[in-house]
Amino acid sequence: MAPGDTGIGRVMAQMAMVMNLDKCIGCHTCSVTCKQAWTNRTGVEYVWFNNVESRPGQGYPRRYEDQDTWQGGWTLTKRGRLTLKAGGRFKKLAGIFSNPQLPTLDDYYEPWTYDYETLTSAPLQEHTPVARPKSLITGKDMKISWSANWDDSLGGSAEHGEKDVLLSEVADRIKFEFEQTFLFYLPRICEHCLNPSCAASCPSGAIYKRTEDGIVLVDQDRCRGWRMCVTGCPYKKVYFNHRTGKAEKCTFCFPRVEVGLPTVCSETCVGRLRYIGLVLYDVDRVLDAACTPDDTDLYEAQRRVFLDPDDPEVIAAAERDGIPRDWIEAAQRSPVHALINTYKVALPLHPEYRTLPMVWYIPPLSPVVDAVRETGHDAENHRNLFAAVDALRIPVDYLAQLFTAGDPAPVDAVLRRLAAMRAYMRDINIGREPDATIPEQVGMDEQRMYDMYRLLALAKYDERYVIPPAHAEQAHRLEELATECSLDYEGGPGMGGSGPFGETSGGAAPIAVENYRALRDRQSSDTPATPSDKATRVNLLNWDGKGTPPGLFPPSGGGTAAGDEDTDTGGEVEPKP
Amino acid sequence: MTAPTHHPTLAATAGTGPVLLWVVLPYLSLAVFVLGHIWRYRYDKFGWTTRSSQLYENRLLRIGSPLFHFGILVVLIGHIGGLLVPKSWTEAAGISEHTYHVTAVALGTVAGVCTLGGLAILIYRRRTVGPVFSATTRNDKAMYVLLTATIVLGLAATVAANILGGYDYRDTISPWFRSIFYLQPDPALMTGAPVLFQLHALSALLLFAAWPFTRLVHMLTAPLGYVTRPYIVYRSRDVGLGARAPRRGWERVG
Repeated sequence: MAPGDTGIGRVMAQMAMVMNLDKCIGCHTCSVTCKQAWTNRTGVEYVWFNNVESRPGQGYPRRYEDQDTWQGGWTLTKRGRLTLKAGGRFKKLAGIFSNPQLPTLDDYYEPWTYDYETLTSAPLQEHTPVARPKSLITGKDMKISWSANWDDSLGGSAEHGEKDVLLSEVADRIKFEFEQTFLFYLPRICEHCLNPSCAASCPSGAIYKRTEDGIVLVDQDRCRGWRMCVTGCPYKKVYFNHRTGKAEKCTFCFPRVEVGLPTVCSETCVGRLRYIGLVLYDVDRVLDAACTPDDTDLYEAQRRVFLDPDDPEVIAAAERDGIPRDWIEAAQRSPVHALINTYKVALPLHPEYRTLPMVWYIPPLSPVVDAVRETGHDAENHRNLFAAVDALRIPVDYLAQLFTAGDPAPVDAVLRRLAAMRAYMRDINIGREPDATIPEQVGMDEQRMYDMYRLLALAKYDERYVIPPAHAEQAHRLEELATECSLDYEGGPGMGGSGPFGETSGGAAPIAVENYRALRDRQSSDTPATPSDKATRVNLLNWDGKGTPPGLFPPSGGGTAAGDEDTDTGGEVEPKP
Repeated sequence: MTAPTHHPTLAATAGTGPVLLWVVLPYLSLAVFVLGHIWRYRYDKFGWTTRSSQLYENRLLRIGSPLFHFGILVVLIGHIGGLLVPKSWTEAAGISEHTYHVTAVALGTVAGVCTLGGLAILIYRRRTVGPVFSATTRNDKAMYVLLTATIVLGLAATVAANILGGYDYRDTISPWFRSIFYLQPDPALMTGAPVLFQLHALSALLLFAAWPFTRLVHMLTAPLGYVTRPYIVYRSRDVGLGARAPRRGWERVG
């Protein structure tokens, strides 16, 4: 594995995402569709592969960023070696019988449903019957006191505001004044890190990074439920399924990505704020970057791991390492590469965890714009905006805590670039002569500024999502692309997922195969919670955003199943009896 | 030549009951243990897990689970030392019967009390904590009965033997245990053992037979490989052909 003539080590491709936080309106559509596609099963009621947090806020699970408590991610030893913050291999094995840093359900929330049946089956009475909340853990009545987004849009911030981990870093500034001026949403999925600490924490070696596209997955057949990954992930994006006793995490919707479709969260994003594309990186530089001594240098260190896909030497090295030609071309067109490296407006989330996360964020300029507008000044003028970026130290420091380990300089630079784009494009949009000095002030030329504007504001579906499909000649090898009969697997369709030892045993149902009978069971069931005697699943994985996904809505009037046959089945094949 | 004549002798000298208990049952149990694990690993990898309930409750588990598990690991080591290592070997190593006995009793008492105490905490937790109890299957309950019976009987046998003036299981039970693996089982060695030891052995045999079908399988995949493997596992998506194994006869060649 010696570096070739080029000095470039082994080249790998990584499927990555950038989210433009300015556009996020906090509608939670991504969370809901993701949940519908992946975690609408028992055992994962509390699991949100995708969640949207209000910042400032505690996040989900509560205060997950407090690594003094949760011990997630990596840290450097005194001698500068990289080690897991929760302890090395032997410490992990010693703590295997009771993980000392595992969040409890209280840190997430106790999932519940409502006793809807009472609404229709209650006898005639003076008062309207109510559907009482029932715990999905104990099955008993419960008082709802927390959820995945309980402090949504600063709800209850007087009570919970000071619990934000990052606010305690910004310390003695006036916090409530800050909350009145500053709110943005932070959608989070698994970061699919280049140096995943969840994988490193897994005693069984069940969590792996795919060499082809860098997606980090849990092998459900090898996971033994030791729970160390939950601690290892500093973003708390590996969850424990309390019914099956296995870890589950965001899959980057690999069955969709393999055929060139964006993830469900991206597909359904109302604000169109997500970008998906490839980046090429040098695996041999990953460890060095993760070992960067100073936390604030990690952002630049991670950028240095990425390779320029237009560099002929990189192309040669990529071909040497077996990356298909069309993947290299996709990496050249990648919006993610452009936003991170060309325009330098995307920043990693918490680089100080040293996992080299691969979901990056464009920090929000809108709080700054709003602040300027409230003062009565022209909020589209770049001088006003630049001055505001300089003046609004608290928001900038907060964003720096989030994206650059506390160094405000890169955040400043990004916000100034966004402000400059705003001012420059305003001139064009209202027919004035564009001012070439504005891009110059942020180190860009006019063409590049316009291209950035195009990508951020106008980019269409195929520009936002540049996803090369996995190769046709490998089609048979794809994990979920069934080239034989899609229902031809052990247990068959709709067997209820019950092996010889109850729900948790037997093989896992292939994800991309629509479980038709499970769907029908769900629709025709009348129990308040997920029926325990029937399998339930609505599959949005194969939905391309057109038509009606089967099972999402109850059958239309007419009463017979025959009415469903002419609806768009989203490519699903109904199993023949 | 000897084989046909051997069996009548065995049954004649030991009687049918002892042969069933100390020859047939051990082999049955061993066969079920081995084949059961192979079957379970082939057909139920997804169900092969600790089924941890730590998410539901941590306060009791934090004490009970390490207490039980570390205790039972010491008990396991003790059983290996007591059953597999012949008395002649320890004596050849210069360890007197008295030294051996004192060490075994001291270590065994501590480990036994830890194991039983931990198990008591875990069973109490399982019964009283609502979510944990509702996650308990009938399979789990049966397993708990077998496991508890085996541990209690084993501890009782040791305590009783020591109070009543000592019983050297290394002269009878250990050779019997090894004789099973030599394929020359000698039930006569067990018939003379105190009844508590016999019951302990029987319950253990039943436990081993049930083992592959319970959550105890997690013991066989204790993640010792973690110590040596690289931190980050890379896997190509084309290592396996899809998420499921090909049907028999349809495996890929070459």
